[in-house]
Amino acid sequence: MREKEILNAHEIDGIVTRLSFQIIEKCQDLSNMKLVGIKRRGATLADRIAKKINEFKKTEVDVGYLDITLYRDDLSEISDFPQILGTEINFDVKNKNIILVDDVIYTGRTVRAAMDAITDLGRPKKIIFTALIDRGHRELPIQPDFTGKYVPTSLDEKINVYLKELDLKDSVSIEKMK
Amino acid sequence: MAYVRKDLVGLKDLSKDEILFILDQAEKFKEINQRDVKKVPTLKGKTIVNLFFEPSTRTRTSFEIAGKRLSADTINFTSSSSSTTKGETLIDTVKNIESMNSDIFVVRHAFSGSVKFIAENTKAAVVNAGDGTNEHPTQALLDLLTIKEHKKKLEGLNVAIIGDITHSRVARSNIWAMKKIGINIKLFGPKTMLPKETAPFDSYIAKNLEDAVEDCDVIMMLRIQKERMSSVLLPSDREYAKFFGLNKNKLKKAKKDAIIMHPGPINRGVELSSELADCTQSVILDQVENGVAARMAVLYILSNNI
Repeated sequence: MREKEILNAHEIDGIVTRLSFQIIEKCQDLSNMKLVGIKRRGATLADRIAKKINEFKKTEVDVGYLDITLYRDDLSEISDFPQILGTEINFDVKNKNIILVDDVIYTGRTVRAAMDAITDLGRPKKIIFTALIDRGHRELPIQPDFTGKYVPTSLDEKINVYLKELDLKDSVSIEKMK
Repeated sequence: MAYVRKDLVGLKDLSKDEILFILDQAEKFKEINQRDVKKVPTLKGKTIVNLFFEPSTRTRTSFEIAGKRLSADTINFTSSSSSTTKGETLIDTVKNIESMNSDIFVVRHAFSGSVKFIAENTKAAVVNAGDGTNEHPTQALLDLLTIKEHKKKLEGLNVAIIGDITHSRVARSNIWAMKKIGINIKLFGPKTMLPKETAPFDSYIAKNLEDAVEDCDVIMMLRIQKERMSSVLLPSDREYAKFFGLNKNKLKKAKKDAIIMHPGPINRGVELSSELADCTQSVILDQVENGVAARMAVLYILSNNI
């Protein structure tokens, strides 16, 4: 089989719960903490983490969504047209603890772009990075603060993250490309 | 859905999907213009040359700001202080500037069709910033963006375009696009300023101004373009204002929430009374604001295709 499931819906939910607790533990002052998800799957995960934190702590954390397309360093190298999805961050990032969320960390270039995008909006106190999957092969000195699952991969493999809100199912799979 | 052309010469050739795609991208760029630091690094290292063979303040400034907010290097070229006055041909001028490794040309020229001619003779991407009486695509795009923002939709709206239709490239670009999108158009103006050709002008021609604005969601007033008129087409500004100018009284026929648009520069008291130009229904300054976002989107999309 080409595509192999490595996380099911139940496991993803467990990981999101754990990540939420790790964030709560790290950020004592939740009022100064803002979640920022990288579009698109990171944005969905940020919503889920926010929901968990709100339930546990009976609070209302702000969530923003970041489109990093305009900050990419590989615009000319990707085949599909890099469509702009739009950034929706309706709070001031200045002096805030920003929890940056994405589905997969790979080369680290997306995170680099995201950090540039956020600092263009203001100077945050701190940026903390959370990824659901770390698949290795970094090309920049960037590491996540919290990782859902570390998945060793080879370069000819692909990680597919499916989330209900966008893909009708919750699942993470590894796929062998030819 | 995407836009794969090298240039943006006119909306006549574009499909509905291509037009809606540019509008969708333009909406996303609006947020950048609200930031404290109004700049993204997307077009760093790209060179955009504004080739303006005709006077302009709004469009040129708008393109220059759009390019700079995307971190491109924008250079302005105005024909009055250039070698064109020494007799250089248009293509020679373009070829020379192209040799300096320019990526995008933004061109305005008094001759219809000149921008297409340039686009066919250069490797750089070309954006039409107005060619004679032919087209002014980015103006129509910012108009549509403004209408969409205020009316939350485009299809099925009633739009009146009033004034000097014959000489208006803004009207042409808007009419081409609006017909594709499914907007109902009514045209009105002095008989001497209504075009003789049919396509794309086979729209309803109103009998008088009240008939034109009746039941309209959008009223687009055009400027009388004295510089493009070969003979005297108007007895006087006062007579024009009386029969073809919009004022508070005539506006009553339109829908209560109708918006008033004008591509600028306004001749106050001629096509539009001062009172209306500054009223809450007037979205003229929103149009200018949206112009930057629309042009950012066009520059971004074209830069991906070169």
